[in-house]
Amino acid sequence: MQAYLLRRLLALVPTLLLTSVIVFLSIRLIPGNVIDLMLSQNDVSTVQDRASIEAALGLDEPLFLQYFKWIGGVLTGDLGRSLWRGTPVSEQILARLPISIELGLLAMFVALTVAIPTGIYSAIRQDTLGDYVARSFSLVMLAVPSFWLGTLVMVFPSVWWRWSPELEYTPFFQDPATNLSHMLVPAILLGLSLSAVTMRMTRTMMLEVMRQDYVRTARAKGLSESVVVLGHALRNGLIPVVTLIGLQAPLLIGGSVILEQIFMIPGMGTLLLEAVSQRDYPVVTGVFLVVGVSVLLINLMVDLSYGFLDPKVRHQ
Amino acid sequence: MSDTLLRVEDLCVDFPTESRRGRRRSVRVLDHVSLEIERGETLALVGESGSGKSMTALSILQLIPEPGRATAGEVLLEGRDLLALRESEIRAVRGNRVAMIFQEPMSSLNPVLTIGRQVAEPIRLHRKASKAEARERAAELLEAVSIPDAARRLDDYPHQFSGGMRQRVMIAMALACEPDLIIADEPTTALDVTVQAQILALLKDLTSRLQSALLLITHDLGVVARYADRVSVMYAGRIVESASAGKLYGNPSHPYTRGLLQSVPRLDDSAQTRLVPIDGQPPDLANLPTGCAFSPRCPQVHDKCRLERPELDSVVAATDDGPHTRACWGPEQP
Ligand SMILES: Nc1ncnc2c1ncn2[C@@H]1O[C@H](COP(=O)(O)OP(=O)(O)OP(=O)(O)O)[C@@H](O)[C@H]1O
Ligand SMILES: [Mg+2]
Repeated sequence: MQAYLLRRLLALVPTLLLTSVIVFLSIRLIPGNVIDLMLSQNDVSTVQDRASIEAALGLDEPLFLQYFKWIGGVLTGDLGRSLWRGTPVSEQILARLPISIELGLLAMFVALTVAIPTGIYSAIRQDTLGDYVARSFSLVMLAVPSFWLGTLVMVFPSVWWRWSPELEYTPFFQDPATNLSHMLVPAILLGLSLSAVTMRMTRTMMLEVMRQDYVRTARAKGLSESVVVLGHALRNGLIPVVTLIGLQAPLLIGGSVILEQIFMIPGMGTLLLEAVSQRDYPVVTGVFLVVGVSVLLINLMVDLSYGFLDPKVRHQ
Repeated sequence: MSDTLLRVEDLCVDFPTESRRGRRRSVRVLDHVSLEIERGETLALVGESGSGKSMTALSILQLIPEPGRATAGEVLLEGRDLLALRESEIRAVRGNRVAMIFQEPMSSLNPVLTIGRQVAEPIRLHRKASKAEARERAAELLEAVSIPDAARRLDDYPHQFSGGMRQRVMIAMALACEPDLIIADEPTTALDVTVQAQILALLKDLTSRLQSALLLITHDLGVVARYADRVSVMYAGRIVESASAGKLYGNPSHPYTRGLLQSVPRLDDSAQTRLVPIDGQPPDLANLPTGCAFSPRCPQVHDKCRLERPELDSVVAATDDGPHTRACWGPEQP
């Protein structure tokens, strides 16, 4: 088991290196560079200024050299310093990461508590009104982008009832209730949009599983329908659903970048957008690196959780 | 007086099909099926694939797959009509008074639950046993079906068992509450020939020890000869002949039964005897002929067979080992 884990973790290294090259280059290929931005704020722009700033930030060296310096730092745990603030990138990320993780976990929680019961219900009540309602709802959630819903939630309640969602960020440990009331609306929006696919998958898998011979065996024992569904069918049906949760990790992260903006949550998404607009290269690459690692780790966790759900995998 | 355990009377099962031009149609999968099983006896139900054997078995426990319905008839277990029971009442019968063993041992056990839990489940449910008691009983049951090292295999999963072992587990599960009736739907079809005999012998041995009746569904007449007391032959959703095993072999009266017997190789046959398959295709239940369903394939067909459907009650020569009935217009002897 430990050897397996080690092998899996080592297998992540090439993927991460490739990601780092792409991220490192692509941010520098966006038109407009950081020096122009800095100079435009100071009116004075002589050729010497430009050269001295470039040299001070280490941007005058050839790209590949910059990359090797950076990746060398990454390997020793140093993500570099912000070009604007001069503070370590890792410090900024550590301040923002827990906020995004909280939003992500809340959204995942909402997604699963909506999707799995609804999916089960839809499957065992196949082709009834309830099933149609649930499926239509999931289609709508699939079609409507969460940023649009987010905007609606911001605009309409305030026009109609003079109510608007909390927009002042409070750290969780300072005041959990206020923090949650702020995070809840974006978490629900994000969760609902994620729940659509999961709900459909749960429904499909439950329909499939309920046709299996072992479900007939369970009924023939005299078990009640709820034990048949929850005790015998569900665990089989959930195995593929768990994979889906892993595949949705990038969606979750992408969605939270936008919702953090709309709801003014100072998480990784907000940090990323600030950094991109300032062309703060080390921050952008740092954020992407952390996101990339998270996605890969989530998928690793998903693979490992198969072992708990599927005894065949456990015994291999 | 005979001691009837289960009496199925005029059971009909219909499956609605696509409605054409607004008109609802349905296929009759079981057509006035009647059976009787005495306490402790083994009744074999034989017939070609699609003749309705499994459907008969499933109907007894109200397990007909959607959208099928039992539309007529009764299933009387000691006089109580199982078809009229409410869901909660029939659940108390399933796995308790009447247990089932299915054809597919590979897929009939839940892959994510331990063998111990699956065998213990009916005991906990119907006997209200504690977890520990049920587990202990499960170990005894696995031992009884000759699973080596039974107590230690309780925590194993189905994929760690071979097909024959899994069918033993299914038998253990069916025996768990010492049912009055065990329905075994082709319990050995999916197994190796060498294992088949062991499983059947085990099943027969354990049911006779518990004095449970056995409804043994099979399309293998060789099996019938060795294990059944009486036999009912099904064709196209109907019972076409019913007799004691001895009578049915010695004196088959329905041309379909005779056809089945001829298509089975016998151990005592000399090598040059040819296997005679029954001519023609199994019937399409949605388009049965007007008269006898077997008439298009029957070697002794005559005009009346194509016009009128024969009923089961035409009694052949009275015998001392129970009634011998058949549904045929033809002569009793070929
Ligand atoms: N879900 C269903 N919908 C419609 N017809 C069905 C359905 N299930 C079974 N049938 C029909 O019912 C008939 C009887 O099926 P059944 O499974 O009882 O046959 P069987 O005698 O057990 O055959 P086998 O030896 O193959 O197991 C078949 O003709 C089949 O086409
Ligand atoms: Mg069958």
